[in-house]
Amino acid sequence: MFQATQINRKNLGRQKLFRILLGGMTALLILPVILILGTLIYKGAPVVSFDFLFSNPTNGMTEGGIFPALLGTILLVIVALLASVPLGVAAAIYLSEYAPDNWFTRTINLAIINLAGVPSIVHALFGLGAFVIFFRFGTSILAASLTLAIMTLPVVIVATRESLQAVPMAFREACWNMGATRWQTIRRIVLPNAVTGILTGVILEVSRTAGETAPIMFTGAVFFLPFLPQGVFDQTMALSLHLFVVSTQVPEMPEAVPYGVALVLITLVLMMNSVSIALRMYLRGKKKW
Amino acid sequence: MVNEATGSQAPVKLGVENLSIHYGSEAALEGVSFDIREHEIFGIIGPANAGKTSFLKAINRMDMFNPDMKIGGNISFSGHDISKVRNVYGLRRRIGVVFPLPVGLPLSVYDNVALAPRLAGQKDKAELNMIVERCLTRAALWDEVKDRLDSLGSMLSGGQQQRLTIARALSQDPELLMLDEFSIAVDPVTTMRIEDVLKELKSEMTIILVTNLVQQARRLADRTAFFLEGKCLDVGITEDLFTGEVSDQRTRDYVEGRFG
Repeated sequence: MFQATQINRKNLGRQKLFRILLGGMTALLILPVILILGTLIYKGAPVVSFDFLFSNPTNGMTEGGIFPALLGTILLVIVALLASVPLGVAAAIYLSEYAPDNWFTRTINLAIINLAGVPSIVHALFGLGAFVIFFRFGTSILAASLTLAIMTLPVVIVATRESLQAVPMAFREACWNMGATRWQTIRRIVLPNAVTGILTGVILEVSRTAGETAPIMFTGAVFFLPFLPQGVFDQTMALSLHLFVVSTQVPEMPEAVPYGVALVLITLVLMMNSVSIALRMYLRGKKKW
Repeated sequence: MVNEATGSQAPVKLGVENLSIHYGSEAALEGVSFDIREHEIFGIIGPANAGKTSFLKAINRMDMFNPDMKIGGNISFSGHDISKVRNVYGLRRRIGVVFPLPVGLPLSVYDNVALAPRLAGQKDKAELNMIVERCLTRAALWDEVKDRLDSLGSMLSGGQQQRLTIARALSQDPELLMLDEFSIAVDPVTTMRIEDVLKELKSEMTIILVTNLVQQARRLADRTAFFLEGKCLDVGITEDLFTGEVSDQRTRDYVEGRFG
């Protein structure tokens, strides 16, 4: 009664083939990640130590640590966040909750998407022209961070807008119907339920900001500084640029050092990402509707 | 008894004159005129796409949130032309709305009911406690939730959420309560409980009951209007729609279930 017909067998065969094919593709995806991490840990871990993280580079950067670069990257990220998060979240709230659907908002949406597609080297040149020269910030943490901020704005805006729009329309309508203004509705219902999603977007932005090299090369990051930055108008070292320098610009660099720098950088980024993943899991567990 | 209720010349709560509603170029409602009197339950029946929900939206000035929605004609609320009301938020606070699908906001049960008073600026804790208990009691929900006022309103069962929605509408202390097919996602027992609640509320407020259950209108409404394809074909004492004179034969056909 349940004997397989010719067509059944053919379908079953295909089903097996595609499961193996698709599974294989997925396995291929994981391979580079494992290779990268494995190589970095194998070759870089021996040089990473407390001293490596918290001392200055010495002897033409072939010895000593990476503290100024580590601190510089953290500073750059913080200042970039201070600029891009308020701006991006505000713009996203406007676009999602207030803006009428007309040619103007459609143009803005298009601009945001295009902004996300601009190569980072173009952002770098823009930052050089706008912040370093026009606004006279000089090559400084401020100029570099603002460049990074502009580059990551689309990520913040899109992530925020998506988490705002994930809040069901019925909630807003219920609020409006009881006499709440748009802002009261946003503050009491929409934002509290979107905030975890927004944070996830922000953290993803952080990890991207930390790794960028081109935008900060012309605008504020330098190869080597004999002292730590004292304020936002100082130049700074940065991990990403430091990695570039120790890998390509310094002769007789011990082989392990670039791997060590890369390992620190990627650990920083992965730590950020895991915070983001943990947050998302927490959010899923606390889903309110 | 029904005749007595409507025969009295209670003041007009809501005057509707030649109301039309358009979405873009499409008409949702045209040429609707009638008065709804204080302390009556006014039923609106009719098939889907008759313009019933749009009618409720127009009363609550929801056109503000939908640029496509254009309202023509005239609606007056307690004698005030609502298109000229400056403080539409104040208008909406006097009107409670209950939707077809229950909307438990993702707040605690307590905060759901306390939201409207808080929006209106009420901060006094004791006062809020009183409002919450009173509204939940009147919505026949208090006994079921009094021990878990802190749990999420959006996690209650469908029938409970609908009663929560009603409690929330009551927390506005509304002069007019509009229910839009409230029983669509509610079991029959809960429906009956809510219907009993409505009969009691009638002494305190005016109620508009949009329903696609003809018998529900017959049970509750003093007067009923029949909407069809964007027009109001009949308005009258509810029982007349079933047994008396009707101005349009289609009304009788509809209430007797001869077309759908």
